Amino acid sequence: MGGIVSTTGMEDIIINALMQTLYMVFWSTLFSVILGFLPAIVLTLTAPDGLRPNRMIYEVLSFIVNVFRSFPFIILLVILIPFTRMVVGKAIGTTAAIVPLTISAIPFIARIFETSLRETNPGVIEAARSFGASNFQIMIHVYIKESIPRMLNGVVLLIISLVGYSAMAGTVGGGGIGDIAIRFGYQQYKTDYLVICSIILIIFVQLIQMLGNHLYKKMS
Amino acid sequence: MIILNDVRKSFQNLEVLKGISMTIEDHKIYGIIGQSGAGKSTLLRCINGLEPYDSGEITVDGTLVSVRDKDALRHLQKRMGMIFQSFNLLERLDVYDNVALPMKFWGMRTNTSEAREKILGLVRLVGLEDKLHAKPRELSGGQKQRVAIARALVLDPQFLLCDEATSALDPEITKGILALLQKINKELGITIIVVTHQMEVVKQICERVAFLSQGCVLAEGRPEELFVRPERQEIKDFLREGSERLPETGTNIQLFFNDDNNMDPIVTQMARNLDLDFSICWAKLEDFRTNVYGSLVINVKEEDFERVSAFLNEKKVTWEALR
Repeated sequence: MGGIVSTTGMEDIIINALMQTLYMVFWSTLFSVILGFLPAIVLTLTAPDGLRPNRMIYEVLSFIVNVFRSFPFIILLVILIPFTRMVVGKAIGTTAAIVPLTISAIPFIARIFETSLRETNPGVIEAARSFGASNFQIMIHVYIKESIPRMLNGVVLLIISLVGYSAMAGTVGGGGIGDIAIRFGYQQYKTDYLVICSIILIIFVQLIQMLGNHLYKKMS
Repeated sequence: MIILNDVRKSFQNLEVLKGISMTIEDHKIYGIIGQSGAGKSTLLRCINGLEPYDSGEITVDGTLVSVRDKDALRHLQKRMGMIFQSFNLLERLDVYDNVALPMKFWGMRTNTSEAREKILGLVRLVGLEDKLHAKPRELSGGQKQRVAIARALVLDPQFLLCDEATSALDPEITKGILALLQKINKELGITIIVVTHQMEVVKQICERVAFLSQGCVLAEGRPEELFVRPERQEIKDFLREGSERLPETGTNIQLFFNDDNNMDPIVTQMARNLDLDFSICWAKLEDFRTNVYGSLVINVKEEDFERVSAFLNEKKVTWEALR
């Protein structure tokens, strides 16, 4: 996948790019949601108002999350090249782009999940405790269960920002719609590419948001 | 039976419970009343181990409530259902699943026909069978509290702890909830502990009551003993009594009525027998569960006071002269 597409027509180029975008966004969303979940749980547990308050763990983890979030993505992309090579065997290409996308998304989604979980009504947690629930049960049956719609909203936010970040993945040969818009539309003055790519991105973001809103309503 | 012996607790430097002792007998409805900040909610949370206490002891049928032994505490908590001012239902679960929730914490299946029967029975008991699959946001405050009550009963508790359970409800709905609590107490024999700042709650359902003020029990007994003729100034303040304007000349006399002498026309008899005039300043009647208690303040002339007091004593009326 990815690479040279100069000989094919516009339709193929754009469809190919769209598939690359979907590919990058899908996997980086999936991995970051899985990997961001654990720190979110730990942050929620150890927060001052959590089930097992622990200032030390909370502050350290919180600091790490902030550090990763404050890196501009394009810098992270470069810094992570050796790590990417270690994980996928190469540093260039669509698959390779998933690594920095995931790494940058983990602290983002961890923070969003943490916020979602901590918005759980403390009274409900107290009620669960009064019935003899263990911390583990409270986490599963109360925190997570009550927060699912909010966390889902967070995932929508994540997907949309990953679509944006994936455009920068063109720098490491990731391809995708954003990359086509820059290379063809901007650098080669092919306005039609720019317009079509933009429209596709707008539609894509709209669809994701609509789907997210629909699910939120259905689940809450 | 729940026994509290010299229970003390502080938050940082603030002592919120200053040596609380009380005995809560089985099958009773026991009230804990006081202003907000008196420590009553903290006390309730200590009783079921949501909050640790610093010293003294709380025992439930001889078992010590202690947050140190997590497993023993869990088993005690199972025996004590609890409801709250803000209902605290899970927003995403319907009535059935909310009621079933505590069973999940105890590893019980909630979809067997037995469990279903039990949950349905409780939902019926609280009168919400037509709302079985409604989410909390579709329910009114009173209905939410009914769900919370059903949920608190699902583990077959021996005690039901109510933390300001009617404070967020309007008077009419409150009456309904109180009637339900009384029914639960009578039909299921569950001991109910009610923490409240609402006098009407105590008057309507409590058989015994403790008045808490600034972390101390100021008085304990039957509500009619405590509140018809309050002795402590704190209780009078709480009832907003003594603030009524009374005439400054003559002597003001307060007469107390209870069930035994309610019906006797004491006042008119006195006017006729002693042939004197007096003015009636204020009077009130109060229902305590099924009994009516009242008091009346009259203003008599200074020179009539002795005759009046002799008459009242002769008729065995409880009275006192107000300054």
